[in-house]
Amino acid sequence: MASNATEYIQHHLTFWQSSPGGGFWSLNIDTFSVSLVLGFIFAGVFAKVARSASLENPGRLQLFIETVVEMVDTQVRDVFHGKSKVIAPLALTIFCWIFLMNFMDLLPVDLIPMIAQWVGYTFFGADPAHVYFRVVPSADVNATFAMSLSVLICIIGFSIGAKGVGGWGKELLTAPFHATNPILAAILAPINFAFQLVELGAKGISLSLRLFGNMYAGELIFILIALLPWGAQWLLGAPWAIFHILVITLQAFVFMMLTIVYLSLAVEAH
Amino acid sequence: MEFNATLLGQAITFAILVWFTMKFVWPPLTNMMDERAKRIADGLAAAERGKQDLEAAEKRVADELRKAREQSTEIVLSAEKRANQIVEEAKETARAEGARLVADAKSEIEQEVLRAKEALRQQVSALAVAGAEKILRREIDSAKHADLLASIKAEL
Repeated sequence: MASNATEYIQHHLTFWQSSPGGGFWSLNIDTFSVSLVLGFIFAGVFAKVARSASLENPGRLQLFIETVVEMVDTQVRDVFHGKSKVIAPLALTIFCWIFLMNFMDLLPVDLIPMIAQWVGYTFFGADPAHVYFRVVPSADVNATFAMSLSVLICIIGFSIGAKGVGGWGKELLTAPFHATNPILAAILAPINFAFQLVELGAKGISLSLRLFGNMYAGELIFILIALLPWGAQWLLGAPWAIFHILVITLQAFVFMMLTIVYLSLAVEAH
Repeated sequence: MEFNATLLGQAITFAILVWFTMKFVWPPLTNMMDERAKRIADGLAAAERGKQDLEAAEKRVADELRKAREQSTEIVLSAEKRANQIVEEAKETARAEGARLVADAKSEIEQEVLRAKEALRQQVSALAVAGAEKILRREIDSAKHADLLASIKAEL
């Protein structure tokens, strides 16, 4: 395997795309389907527990889910002082969905790609070398950017909702540099606007790239560990996987926390 | 790293998930948890109240017990006193009765003695008269010496 290590790694880092040539309108079927299944699992389990939630004697699953919900609720209450029906469910969805997507990293790195190859070869007669399946959706920059852009839209929406279009527009032009002199204010307006744009863009990019970078790096290290002789893999694989439990939870938590913080900044006046 | 339609697909999925969570997951769970928290708080408050009630009741019971004990001691004391009194009274009555009986007996005896003396006197005087009659039959007329006889009788 070491002889074609490059090929192996490249194979692992190639998406299953709906149109082989790529281009903007092709879809990463692996990312999309895995995240969709995980989304269904999250929504299904939580909705089922929520519907049959028992006041008197909650089961273990219910208690676990209550713990998660309570954790999210506490964070939202601590940070976000406005009133919003959206932000807490949004934070819960972000936390759980990202956690589940990250969790795919802990599956054996070859397991699902190999199943995909077997299925593709057996049922569709595909060449196994050209069956690609990347199982960690959050290691796909499309997935992380989709979420951060959605959060960015929420930030803008919350800003407008809290301050009105005029108030938000005014803030874009007058913060962070204030001036009482109208001429000076006119000079500062484009500078402020540039600052605000950079700030908004930085929020979105930092959110998505942090998650993407962590997950991509984690996946890559799992792939590299898979190149070791099989008897030695556990030496590095086990510690890295155990450490990665922390990483995936932390990344999900960080994404959620930053979303809450950004949204609370959006509704507060500068 | 390239951007493609996955971005849009993921964003739509995300929006649907958030909407779903907002609609079906978050409200029932948080409502239920709030309700439970309230119930627990109520239960704790009720337990606290019960404890206070119990303490008050225990205090009242102790009070009642103490009072009852005092009362019973008092009753026993007064009963003893009354018993002593009754005994004293009975003794007194018995003593008086005895004294009265003795006095009765004494007066009876005296009367008997008097009666016996009287009878004895009669008999002695009769005997003396009879003896004197026999001795003096011849020389003394009893009618003549009646006053003498009477004086003798008086001296007996």
